Amino acid sequence: MKPQRNLEVSTGLFVALGFAALIFLTTQLPNSGLRIGSEQGYRITAKFDNVGDLKVGSAVSMAGVTVGRVEAIAFDPEDFRARVTLRIDRRFDRIPEDSDASIQTQGLLGGKYVGIAAGGSDVALKDGGRIEFTQSAIVLESLVNKFFANFASKGSTSSEEK
Amino acid sequence: MIGDALQRVGRVALFLGRILAQCPAAIARPRAIVHQIHNAGARSLIIIMLSGLFVGMVLGLQGYDLLRRFGSESALGVAAALGLLRELGPVVTALLFAGRAGTALASEIGLMRATDQLTAMEMMAVDPVRRVVVPRFLGGVIALPLLVAIFDVVGLFGAQLIGVGVMGVDRGAFWSQTQAAVELRDVAEGLMKSFCFGIACSLVAVYEGFHAEPTAEGVGLATTRTVVVSSVLTLLIDYLLTAAFLGR
Repeated sequence: MKPQRNLEVSTGLFVALGFAALIFLTTQLPNSGLRIGSEQGYRITAKFDNVGDLKVGSAVSMAGVTVGRVEAIAFDPEDFRARVTLRIDRRFDRIPEDSDASIQTQGLLGGKYVGIAAGGSDVALKDGGRIEFTQSAIVLESLVNKFFANFASKGSTSSEEK
Repeated sequence: MIGDALQRVGRVALFLGRILAQCPAAIARPRAIVHQIHNAGARSLIIIMLSGLFVGMVLGLQGYDLLRRFGSESALGVAAALGLLRELGPVVTALLFAGRAGTALASEIGLMRATDQLTAMEMMAVDPVRRVVVPRFLGGVIALPLLVAIFDVVGLFGAQLIGVGVMGVDRGAFWSQTQAAVELRDVAEGLMKSFCFGIACSLVAVYEGFHAEPTAEGVGLATTRTVVVSSVLTLLIDYLLTAAFLGR
């Protein structure tokens, strides 16, 4: 009886461990999965003309230090811009209200993140506050297009002059 | 030559059919399956966790070295997670499983064959496939995906240990980029693979054991063949499934 019980207990332990690992993989890892335990901090919003491939969960950083996460990205049908909700860690509660937010890229080809540059106001952003000054993601393709369009028009005028 | 190969494939397929036909009857006796999950799964746990840790740590080192050249070290978590979930987890676990549990199965059943235990069962009108083979097969099929999940999680923490702990990648960036890049589909692909590998490895092991020559040499040969055939089969199926998943 005893060895049989031991065997069943260790098998049960193994199966429980396996399912715990499965649950971790399916709920904690993918962004679409469930989140257990809510993060702490306060929310602020910012509107961007173009968020590029910014994702929920991307970092919000000030001076290169991560101060929060992107909590939600939604499209605002009123003014056709993207409304990004940022959750900022409670420790950083003195961000001036005239700060500006821009979408930047980590490294050359890294993921996008929101960078906040501090303004000069004495009034700090509070929960539900909004950053007015924003700068959109730089879309590499449109930059390249612009460059080539510029280049081509210059080339054609110079050839006419000759 | 080709005829022999075809005959072999046919025999394995027929054997799989026999196993599947007996599955409902075997599920009615869950005790035997629990015993086999213990043999195939719980006893492989240590080797799987150790290997997972080391594979994850190597991924951390190699991934960091590679990604640093592009200035995107923070994508280390993504690289490690996708590599583990899609490829390394299922494949390495299946190879270890073939070596650890598959050989045990093949030699156990082969020895039963060599000592006429299987024949004795037949004489008592007990179907040895139902009594001996099916619980072992099902135990392996159930155990492997669970082992893969454990391998993935341990490997991920191994990669984090090196990436965040030693190389100094930001912990927040490591996890948030991972969560942003990994989709439920990646997890599902890995599980689907491990399920297929579980079927393949378990089937090869029980087939080789069941059809072993009833001699000491035959049992040894069956054990060796189990490792060789399951490993090659695992890698072949892996290629086919990867091509199918990526070809969407």
